[in-house]
Amino acid sequence: MSQSQGPSWFNRLSIVLVMSFLYLPILILIVFSFNKSKLVTVWGGFSTQWYGAALSNAALLDGARVSFFVAAVSATVATALGLLAALVMVRIRRFRGRQVFIGLLAAPMVMPEVVLGVSMLLMFVALGIDRGPLTITLAHATFTMCFAAVVLQSRLAELDPSLEEAARDLGCPPATAFMKVALPNIVPGFASAWLLSFTLSLDDLVISSFTTGPGASTLPMKIYSQIKFGVTPEINAVSTMILGVVALGLLIAAWTTRGSEAALQGH
Amino acid sequence: MVTLKTMGQSQRLLIIPPFLWLGVMFLLPTLLVLAIALSSTRVGMPPYEPLFTWDGAMLSINLNFENFQFVLRDGLYAHVYLTSLKVAAISTLLTLMIAYPLAYGISCCKRPWRSGLVFLVIVPFWSSLLIRVYAWMAILSNDGLLNSLLLGLGLIDRPLQILNTQTAVYIGIVYTYLPFMVLPIYSNLADRDRSLIEAARDLGCGRFSSFWRVTFPLSLSGIVAGCALVFIPVVGEFVVPDLLGGADTQMIGRTIWVEFFNNRDWPVAASVTVLLVLLLVIPITLLQSRLSKMRV
Repeated sequence: MSQSQGPSWFNRLSIVLVMSFLYLPILILIVFSFNKSKLVTVWGGFSTQWYGAALSNAALLDGARVSFFVAAVSATVATALGLLAALVMVRIRRFRGRQVFIGLLAAPMVMPEVVLGVSMLLMFVALGIDRGPLTITLAHATFTMCFAAVVLQSRLAELDPSLEEAARDLGCPPATAFMKVALPNIVPGFASAWLLSFTLSLDDLVISSFTTGPGASTLPMKIYSQIKFGVTPEINAVSTMILGVVALGLLIAAWTTRGSEAALQGH
Repeated sequence: MVTLKTMGQSQRLLIIPPFLWLGVMFLLPTLLVLAIALSSTRVGMPPYEPLFTWDGAMLSINLNFENFQFVLRDGLYAHVYLTSLKVAAISTLLTLMIAYPLAYGISCCKRPWRSGLVFLVIVPFWSSLLIRVYAWMAILSNDGLLNSLLLGLGLIDRPLQILNTQTAVYIGIVYTYLPFMVLPIYSNLADRDRSLIEAARDLGCGRFSSFWRVTFPLSLSGIVAGCALVFIPVVGEFVVPDLLGGADTQMIGRTIWVEFFNNRDWPVAASVTVLLVLLLVIPITLLQSRLSKMRV
């Protein structure tokens, strides 16, 4: 009888081919951001001039400032709301409207972005709220909190309830037991929920475009309006820097979760 | 003994903030789209008439179905809906054909390799969609890398027009949505009971037919979840068809965008949006039921 025999040549081939399909375009983009030539297909020697150009482009810098502000604030709000939603999902098994709650929490994740953007635009207009960085932040917090809730929910579900029960048996009030016992155990979950919300917000073009007002453009909106006219090495440089920020965030997330992950999996 | 299942009444208050937030920021706006779809256009801001008017004694409710009738009768919108569904269906199928061998390949690897490979599949999902689409613009354009390569090799004598065609849209969608397809299929395949395959092999089934008759049918629930996760957002996709597609790929997401920003006929645009959501109700319920089954 054959035990698990490891990957066949076909398995290896499909992994290599699809991974190259995933990574080659990104690799090409990064390589050409260091291209001296203005033409994006002809290699004219190594240069970092486009990074200088991008970093002194006031419009892009302004967009980056708005984007980072919106992403940081909305990710914080989303993580807080996501924690509450995750607690409700994991700890409160039965309450009236649970199905509605589950539906409300899942729907923003599957709804096309255009629909989310349109509906929030219409609401801000109907309520007479001036649109700008604040409304983008509110909109981003809404759709990213659902992703944060999923991440935190799986963390909370993995938690051993007997620890918190022990604290409460020993006379700890429920809120303190949660703060002192459960919360420190899901810190890595917080980090990944916050980072996921942050990157989702940083990436978003469609919802931001619908919920912004005159004057406030995020970085993706600035990039979008530039690439409508074609490929430029300057945008390659900006993209590479964004990829670098995301990669750094992922490394931090992987680094913070590694210890607890090993402890949770036990092998 | 205290158990966490029996929470105090005060802890039920936890429900209020997220419920309220989603109610105000998601449910209310969604209902508002429906309301505006049923109102009439007017000049000014907001550019639609109120549904309810109260003159001190009489409440009048004005539901205007003209927008829906207009959208349903107009051949242009029907064409756009059909194109969106067609592009979404074909690209879902293409994504499946590329994602399945990868998910299967990863699930056949030894354990320590698997989590690393899954991580590699997820990483592009974390990097900007806009940047990933942009990367393909540089490759596919007439003076892009692919054409220079093919010209250099002498395989073609004139650049192929790929950018701004439906082919480019398919490439872009498969590329950006691949992780959504790989992950559910992989998690299904990784959990599979290998003794079933061994039984089939022991009973004389070949490698391929034991895959086709045992592994593949058992992975169908992962396939359905993956297909729904790709199909639903792709029907309303804006960025990929806008940047990579051309005149032959008018998709509904782009139509809604143009209606809102350029035409400013909000009631008609809202009707288009409502019909898009209605189109997605069946795949969304299918996905919800699959996901709730997978969690149990």
